[in-house]
Amino acid sequence: MGLTEWIVNRADDVIISMSPYDVLNLPYDIGVKVWESLGGLIAWLINLIVPGNWLSEALISNEVTNGVAMIVMVLVIFIIGFLTNLTMIWEERKVLGRMMDRRGTKICLLGWGQCLGDGLKTFMKENVTPKAIDNKIYWWGVSLIIGTSVLIACMVPLSPRWFIVNYEAGLLLIFAFFALAPFLILCAGWSQNNKYALMGGFRAAELMISYEIPMLLLFAACVLMTGSYNIGDIIAYQQENIWLVVPQIIGFFVCIVCAIAESERIPFDLAEAEAELVEGWQTEYAGMKWGLIMLGDYFRGFVACALVVIMYLGGWSLPFVNQFDWYWMYFPEIVMTLKICLVFFVFIWARGALPRVRTDQILNIGWKVLMPLAMLNLVITILLKVGGVF
Amino acid sequence: MDGKMKQDKMWVTMGPQHPFSHGLWTLRVEVDGEIITDAEPEVGYLHRGWEKECEQRDYQKIIPMADRLCYSASMTWSHLFCKVAEEALDIEVPERAQYLRVVADEICRLQSHLMWLAAVGTDVGNLTIFLWALREREFMLDLNVRLCGQRLTTNYPRIGGVRNDMPYYFERDCLRGIERFEKALWDILQLTDESSIFVGRMKGLGYITRKDVANLGITGPAMRGCGVDYDVRRDDPYDAYGELDFEVPVLKEGDAYSRYMIRIEEMFQSCKIIKQAMKKLESIPKTAPYRLKVPKCIPEGTHVAKMEDPRGESLMYLISDGTDQPYRLKVRSPVFVNVSASKHMVKGVRIADIPAIMAMIDMCLGETDR
Repeated sequence: MGLTEWIVNRADDVIISMSPYDVLNLPYDIGVKVWESLGGLIAWLINLIVPGNWLSEALISNEVTNGVAMIVMVLVIFIIGFLTNLTMIWEERKVLGRMMDRRGTKICLLGWGQCLGDGLKTFMKENVTPKAIDNKIYWWGVSLIIGTSVLIACMVPLSPRWFIVNYEAGLLLIFAFFALAPFLILCAGWSQNNKYALMGGFRAAELMISYEIPMLLLFAACVLMTGSYNIGDIIAYQQENIWLVVPQIIGFFVCIVCAIAESERIPFDLAEAEAELVEGWQTEYAGMKWGLIMLGDYFRGFVACALVVIMYLGGWSLPFVNQFDWYWMYFPEIVMTLKICLVFFVFIWARGALPRVRTDQILNIGWKVLMPLAMLNLVITILLKVGGVF
Repeated sequence: MDGKMKQDKMWVTMGPQHPFSHGLWTLRVEVDGEIITDAEPEVGYLHRGWEKECEQRDYQKIIPMADRLCYSASMTWSHLFCKVAEEALDIEVPERAQYLRVVADEICRLQSHLMWLAAVGTDVGNLTIFLWALREREFMLDLNVRLCGQRLTTNYPRIGGVRNDMPYYFERDCLRGIERFEKALWDILQLTDESSIFVGRMKGLGYITRKDVANLGITGPAMRGCGVDYDVRRDDPYDAYGELDFEVPVLKEGDAYSRYMIRIEEMFQSCKIIKQAMKKLESIPKTAPYRLKVPKCIPEGTHVAKMEDPRGESLMYLISDGTDQPYRLKVRSPVFVNVSASKHMVKGVRIADIPAIMAMIDMCLGETDR
């Protein structure tokens, strides 16, 4: 019996009755397809040697296919997220370079390969761990910071068919995990037995109380308008009615400022202000630990951009072409990624144009500017909703 | 223990290898949380025995060494040494050489201030200011190359004149470069003066009073930022400065921002001086001498000369014993004096303000530690 024939004969068995998704999920589908061919090949080979054995049947059973497909799905989503991340780093290098009147990196694929080179370099560095540290918190702190960053990056759906879990309170969950990092940074800063790291950790906490509250007020306004915590529903609402950037234009600008603060980039990178605090809370993290922290920072930047896109810029939808099938066939993921890169451009712009603010200044900005504006945004939203405009 | 949690102050040693320090020096600060309660600068890591080395060298061999006192103000330092030697020999430098020295001095001041502006950029966390300022500085260094053949350590002045006359088309290049620079400086100011965050980082911080200035001997932009109207170029003119028309910027506030503003205004004034000096140079015939022949040995005696360095008032004190080598050459470095004010400047501010305030001293360790 040939391979194709063998697979086709068992095609009926591979209907995934145990799939956790009731809609098409592209990465999961890729996982199923991969296991259909790879697992099918292995099962067929075993079947050739020992015909009619239990192993080849088990390999292509629903449960195994489902399990493998899940793993492949997570890998696919992580790798795509990772590549997007590297592209954003590349974007930052090139755009920032142009703003500073230089070219930016030019290594390999217009400079895209520089990220890989940097990764390799940090990997080769000596992994120094200071002696008098709080060992448990030192390691757990950094692992959880990187872990939560990657986690929230993987929780961002790129389209209705590109997600890991379509959770009803998806947006809330992202916010919750996002807000975890400053606490972990404080712990990590404290554990290092270094004055600069300690001050950096405290600054992260100080930073958090200034941007987290306006951010949640914006979130409340967004949920009030769309009537759902679910990311898919929020975007569906914007697709049917109007992008929230139009009624909530104040919220949009406040959100960008908060998002920059949330991803701890210049001008709000107080926790790692290199001019006065050497490297802030990252001072004693050497080698690949630092490399991963840096990567985690960009993952957080990716999520911060994605939040702006989801809440205000209509996510993966695009006006005028929404009704066409070809759009939903090929474009939603690409459009979402491009929108994220576009918002990231604003982040880069801010970095290129603004100096770092001081701790007391960020508290002033947070409580005296962002907070009232976020309140105003909420009031406008309520009035619009009560007035029945949207 | 009385059962209460006691929050102690702690000493943070910022330096000698710290991103804000721009060289090997240490600022030890005592912090209460983020507020600084005490500070103490420590210098001396870069001591090379410069003054002692000079005692073993002929006078003309000290000129390139004086260049090495400060990498970004090399021209003024070698000029100062030539000046003190000329004082000792009691000679008048030819007019053409005087104007050439003025031009070279002001180009040096421009590039030194631009280096300072670049450092301010990194200190407040904006790399764009850094790179834009360095881009403009590169043009100034190109002018240095045209005039002196070197970018940084120019080795241009000589005792009794300058090493060479202007090369062909230098006048054109210089005026073009200066005109271009004046426009480009406005561009950079868009990033600094127009940015409320930048101004907020500087304004109302690091105050020093006129009393501090007098007690500590602070000179230069830091002094003029406190309302002391004094500039060696105007009040005790040397070379051709007496015949040139320029203003000395003075502000009364005495905070970090006023020091910043003074330096920016000084750059515009330097452009003005260069333009005037170039015009004057046109009227002096090209065949006029630019250098005098001077004896190798300097007669016995003590001599002093002072000059307006980009960082303050620099001074050299020479004791000669009649041979071709100095008996003693003492350098008064403006930064060494100014940095002693850091304790007064940073008391009461936050640790985040230290780079912004210390950047206004424009640290240069070569001349500080000698």
